[in-house]
Amino acid sequence: MNPAVPKKIMEWESPRTGVGVRAAYEHPFIVRACHWLNSVALLVLIASGLRIYLAFPSFGPKIPQHNFVIIPKQLTIGGWLGGALQWHFTFLWIYIATGVIYVGYEIFSRNLRQVLFVPRDIRGVWPMARHYFLFGAKPELLEPYNPLQKLAYTSAILLGILSVLTGLVLLSPVQFSFLGILMGGFHMARVWHFLIMIAFLLFLGGHLVMVILHGWNNFVSMLTGWKKDPEYLS
Amino acid sequence: MEIPVTERQAKKIRRREILKLSPVVLLGAFAIPSLRETLLTKGLAFHDWAASQFFRKSHLAPTFSDAEVVPFEKFPINDYDVDDPGVDLAAWKLKVSGDVANPGEYTLEQIQALPRQRQNTRHICVEGWDVIGRFGGARVADFLQLIGANTRAKFVFVECADDYYTTIDMATAMHPQSLMCYEMYDRPLTREHGAPVRLSIPTKIGYKNAKYLTSLRVTDVLTKHGYWEDQGYSNYYGI
Repeated sequence: MNPAVPKKIMEWESPRTGVGVRAAYEHPFIVRACHWLNSVALLVLIASGLRIYLAFPSFGPKIPQHNFVIIPKQLTIGGWLGGALQWHFTFLWIYIATGVIYVGYEIFSRNLRQVLFVPRDIRGVWPMARHYFLFGAKPELLEPYNPLQKLAYTSAILLGILSVLTGLVLLSPVQFSFLGILMGGFHMARVWHFLIMIAFLLFLGGHLVMVILHGWNNFVSMLTGWKKDPEYLS
Repeated sequence: MEIPVTERQAKKIRRREILKLSPVVLLGAFAIPSLRETLLTKGLAFHDWAASQFFRKSHLAPTFSDAEVVPFEKFPINDYDVDDPGVDLAAWKLKVSGDVANPGEYTLEQIQALPRQRQNTRHICVEGWDVIGRFGGARVADFLQLIGANTRAKFVFVECADDYYTTIDMATAMHPQSLMCYEMYDRPLTREHGAPVRLSIPTKIGYKNAKYLTSLRVTDVLTKHGYWEDQGYSNYYGI
């Protein structure tokens, strides 16, 4: 059996239909808790971050100021700059803590390989994308995450790490000046931080579309941990 | 490893797993208006503590070449009230009080008699813009020595001619680049930039760089923290 397949599996027979059901424990508690806490934190960080951005909606100098994009205040939280900073400074720690616990757990439990995109996944990306977006035939699945999913989740983990590193430079460019140099300076760190937010929004859009397409059983597995009759068990 | 169960058992197992997640709902407390303010204040206090752990006295703010400094006209003038609070420069004295051996009034000449330091550093506004300027003045640390400050006290609290006020933690005040700034661009401070003396602290966010200083107090106890800080901005905000 593929080593990336969950080890905890239960099976039962439906008393009414007599059909056998198998369920795999796909998402351990730590992963589910981190997933939900982190997603709330991410949404708060984006919404409050946009309010912070509105205090100076530019990536250029103060004099003269050329505004970039004005985002409707209704899409932001915090009300004013000080309020938005309170939200941002509070939730960034929830975001970092759950991110570190999640990645740490994934490494420790050796589950990271389930979602880690590795070179041999490259050739599987196109067939999967063709299936999703161009009505191509569905490639056979032997593990919980297909190559496209692995690409998406590995990217999300990387985005998470980069969002924290760029954020640290914005928060404390003196103490993290070495990171600032890697990012091309304080101004570029702000640009990167913003671009990473946009990349997260794209990920989120794709993620939610996939959740809807894959239906209730798949969604509920992020709450119960158990997925009924996953494809790789059939 | 496949565990045979009954359908009821399977349901129970899954229900229990959902219940284990219930503490996540506690985050919803942030949505309750009466709790929100307390939670965010606590969150900010934790953040300030955590951010202060990054501070290293030996870690200097980047300094820049004269070519990277913005022209003086492009250095923004930022204040909460008026550009020029009408300080009587000839009669100006800085009132020093609190946990110091030599309290009293200090003249600009006494501050200028301390070793002068000039540095091109980045001034960063909480709004998100920043500017590289040229600042000159005496080290806050040298001034604290002059007034016999107890440097084990926690805070340096300053008040300004426009009723602005702010607080600097002692570790930051003692940082070698923290200045009692009386010069910008090698010329005496203009009124709009805080004449005769302002703070220039390149390890702190802009609103900590108070202008037109009138008094300085060394203390362990703060009844108020700062004009912006008391409205909900970070009281530490080291950068």
